[in-house]
Amino acid sequence: MIPEDFTYFAPGSLPEVWDLLRQHPDDAKILAGGQSLIPLMKFRLATPAYLIDLRKVPGLDTLAERDGALVIGAMVREAATEHSQLIQRRYPGIHEASAVVADPLVRNFATIGGNIAHADPANDHPAMLLALRASVVAHGPNGQRTIPLDDFLVDTMETSLAPDEVLTEIHVPQPAPRSGSTYLKLERKVGDYAIAAVGVQITLDGDVCTQAGIGLTNVGPKAVRATQAEMFLTGKQPTEDVIREAARLAAAAAQPVSDLHGPEDYKRAMIRTLTARALREATQRARAGGVSA
Amino acid sequence: MTTQHVQMTINGQPYAADIEPRLLLVHFIREVANLTGTHIGCDTTSCGACTVLVNGVPAKSCTLFAVQMDGAAISTVEGLEQNGALHPVQEGFFEEHGLQCGFCTPGMMMTAVAFLAQNPNPTDDEIRRAISGNLCRCTGYVNIVKSIQYAAKKQREAQTAPAAPAEPAEAIR
Repeated sequence: MIPEDFTYFAPGSLPEVWDLLRQHPDDAKILAGGQSLIPLMKFRLATPAYLIDLRKVPGLDTLAERDGALVIGAMVREAATEHSQLIQRRYPGIHEASAVVADPLVRNFATIGGNIAHADPANDHPAMLLALRASVVAHGPNGQRTIPLDDFLVDTMETSLAPDEVLTEIHVPQPAPRSGSTYLKLERKVGDYAIAAVGVQITLDGDVCTQAGIGLTNVGPKAVRATQAEMFLTGKQPTEDVIREAARLAAAAAQPVSDLHGPEDYKRAMIRTLTARALREATQRARAGGVSA
Repeated sequence: MTTQHVQMTINGQPYAADIEPRLLLVHFIREVANLTGTHIGCDTTSCGACTVLVNGVPAKSCTLFAVQMDGAAISTVEGLEQNGALHPVQEGFFEEHGLQCGFCTPGMMMTAVAFLAQNPNPTDDEIRRAISGNLCRCTGYVNIVKSIQYAAKKQREAQTAPAAPAEPAEAIR
């Protein structure tokens, strides 16, 4: 399949990227790993006249903790977070989400920044990063701003990025002591999008949950935060009864649609089951001492 | 239609051409470099028949534009054989009957070559995960896993075997 014709740029700096975006405000797309965009272009579902490749822009490959947050640069590949010791040790939910994105070959080029900026509700990182209360750095010619992921994700394939802004970094708050995170995905086979998936982070003080984050994949027009379930858990001991009720509330927050992968009821039931399992796992990880520095 | 100049190496050989930006890497390899060992299977980022190495990293060449590869070093199945001797991975697929129709084989082998460079002593499970982006519709994977284990063993033995005595410098001249 051959994409529609386009003009390709590989500028060497952000100011050059902004200039190109300003010259072509309606028909330019940013290319990072391209593992979602290029298939869309081959199907001609996306027909940008201008592609602006970020591969020569310096400074977009940070993967480190800085000033209380994990910084993930826009060009960090899924394979890097999948195999990073730092991520595996301190952000297991991100590790688990990266490890189930598409397949290992796609992950060698696909980026987490692209996974977010593409704003496909079927993508795995938005829900996990909602649970971790991540934010996005949008960098434009007039400076940079930090956007909470809840506000960044607007609708299916729609974000709050301005036309001349570029997503340059993702910031994930460093988990408090005694925190645990996990990402659980139901997929028919390797490489598929989630039938349903859940990202969870639990923080404990003693035996009491002081903060809960729950994000849901592919059961709505964008990644869904299960707010009621989060509020229900907060201030309670995550006993089996509490976890079951939180899972019920998360399923109620899901807005799945029936398709070839299953009817609406089935998907809601899967969200309920996955949420309960993820909450048990995250709680266990938090109790086991949670993340270590 | 505007064209753009790109240059890259494929199996160490330099290639340069003026191409449309929309030309996919797999088409550059097959139609500009005329190296048809890299196959087009699904053309939708699923099957991995088009897998090549980009600077040593395996990728699906149907999901990359050739213009992105300006300055890159590409490796394809044609580069595996050296001086008439099969690469250990090729030998493994031959010895262990790792192919039937052979369509997935070039991509499967390129993934295996890169994987064994990272993990020279893998478990069967690790191999299965590594090749999970490469689909074979004939073998059921059992013999492919055996083939990659064969290559892993052969490469480990070559690593630990004492180096062959060096020829006297005069003999080379």
